[in-house]
Amino acid sequence: MTRITMREAISQAIWEEMERDPKVFIQGEEVGVWGGTYAVTKGFYDHFGPERVRDTPISEAVIVGSAIGAAMTGLRPIAELMTINFAFVAMDHIVNEAAKLHYMFGGHFKLPLVIRAVGGGGRQLAATHSQTPDVIFAHFPGLTVVSPGTPEDAKGLLKSAIRSDNPVLFIEHAAMYQSRGEVPDGDYTIPIGKSKIQRPGRDVTIVTYCKGLELSLKAAEELAKDGIEAEIVDLRTLRPLDMEPVLESFKKTNRAVMVEEGWKSYGVGAEISSRIYEEAFDYLDAPIKRVAQKEVPLPYNRTLEQMALPQVPDIVSAVKEVLK
Amino acid sequence: MDKSEHLDLYHQMVLIRHLEENAAELYQQGKIGGFLHLYIGQEAVSTGLISARKPQDRVITAYRDHGVAINCGLSANEVMAELLGKATGCSKGKGGSMHMADPEKNFWGGHAIVGAHLPLATGLALGDMYQGNDGVTICMFGDGATNIGFFHEAFNLSKVWNLPVLWVCENNQYGMGTAVNRASAVPEIRQKADGYGIPNERIDGMDIMKVREAALGALEQVRSGKGPYLLEFLTYRYRGHSMGDPERYRQKDEVLKWEEEDPIGIYRKYLTSKKIASAKALNEIDTQAEEEIKQAVEFAESSPEPAPEELFTDVYVEEV
Repeated sequence: MTRITMREAISQAIWEEMERDPKVFIQGEEVGVWGGTYAVTKGFYDHFGPERVRDTPISEAVIVGSAIGAAMTGLRPIAELMTINFAFVAMDHIVNEAAKLHYMFGGHFKLPLVIRAVGGGGRQLAATHSQTPDVIFAHFPGLTVVSPGTPEDAKGLLKSAIRSDNPVLFIEHAAMYQSRGEVPDGDYTIPIGKSKIQRPGRDVTIVTYCKGLELSLKAAEELAKDGIEAEIVDLRTLRPLDMEPVLESFKKTNRAVMVEEGWKSYGVGAEISSRIYEEAFDYLDAPIKRVAQKEVPLPYNRTLEQMALPQVPDIVSAVKEVLK
Repeated sequence: MDKSEHLDLYHQMVLIRHLEENAAELYQQGKIGGFLHLYIGQEAVSTGLISARKPQDRVITAYRDHGVAINCGLSANEVMAELLGKATGCSKGKGGSMHMADPEKNFWGGHAIVGAHLPLATGLALGDMYQGNDGVTICMFGDGATNIGFFHEAFNLSKVWNLPVLWVCENNQYGMGTAVNRASAVPEIRQKADGYGIPNERIDGMDIMKVREAALGALEQVRSGKGPYLLEFLTYRYRGHSMGDPERYRQKDEVLKWEEEDPIGIYRKYLTSKKIASAKALNEIDTQAEEEIKQAVEFAESSPEPAPEELFTDVYVEEV
């Protein structure tokens, strides 16, 4: 095991897959000469050359659209969107083409495609550049939506995504590139569509993913001081959703809190709670609580922005409430 | 072109015409659902264009795709079965009129969001360029598609990356019911290519020989590595945008004027005046095509519905 940052984990995954398979290439805004706006592809251009590290115009529809076309021919493109907020200008290609071409043409086309996008708030980028719209994409059958919370998962899941024959939206968090964690040495993959217990506990189940994992782990430490042991289930993949570890944990703790950075309404927490009600109602000892972003566009001002984003104390108090 | 090639092209055109006329009837009978966009009047464009391609050249088009499917080599049976939503359709009954494809025939679909397939075409061409193939991607679209952002992003990228794409605008003069001069800032679509440094021509799309000649020249240029090229074909659809179009936006005599210039009629005149084929020989082809479509309708009507379990297949590729 080696301790590396999230940025290094993602970068290594792409580098190793490009070394492994000449059909893999990356394209997007500033991925080449610049080295990536988040420095994920630093050094790639010099090593792999302009054919495989393709700088594009600021032109998201054609960044995603051309990656779809190239994937239809059997290549394995990685289309990088500088931020997930720009996915809205490529929305048609993500939801109307990538998610549907395999089904709509009776299986004629395969799309071994990865769309990487960075989301999340907390960096004072104001309303248009700080969103966590993951659920919008997870709504569409045909898409796979992955959003890891640790460097180990990021590397292993991204490798699986690149090797997958399905279109995968891989969502990273802008404020997590410096997060560190242990990563196995050598080549490894982590299967897409598997939730994971990131912290065992007996008293309450916290269901979360991506940045929410970081917050939940901190909250769990706080709670442990009061003798409360929270079990944290990290979804890692939003579609296809693996409910088994969630239900298993819930049947043990009988209480749950949902934690996500996106808005509460119609969110990930809404979906998971609903499934718990549907599939484990008899195990329910308290109403499920949701911790999520306040229902406002994210403001620029640092204090206001932090007020809108979910925080560790919000999780702690939500857990205490479900345990009352 | 030898005689048999000419007769083959003529056969394709009349086969498409019969297919579309029968499809219109089946739609009126409620046997075809959804939208049905007919290609009647535009047959010379697709037939002439695709006759000029090499086997390695990919074709991708918009939702008015039945004729293009036939020209790419899909059978009338599988096209008709798809229209009827049957399991034997080219998309297993899941795509319908607007979503037909067969990559084995280098036909990359039928795409129903206006302009959205243009970025896909740049990717198909990138696939060939990346892998060192000498195929050209032929991307067909209507005049209406040239007013949406996708068109401009795709044109720009195709030139920046020097992609082997032959852009083909079928200017049938209406985007649904809005005439080109009411929707486009420039009167000739080809002018838009000038803005991206893409060479272009405007051609009579009712005369198959002119279409074919232009396509052969343009394909050669793209294949030689000179980058994308635009052909704008002036054509006309006799029928409404789709079934149920009240056609308040044009006069009957406008339609009649264009029908005098029928692409099948023009080709017939060419073939007979050049003594390539007699009227009698062409009439025999008409009868044969009519019979083929009759059989295609029988095939489609007697084909099974998709099995209920098909609802859940092909959402994802099963990973090995």
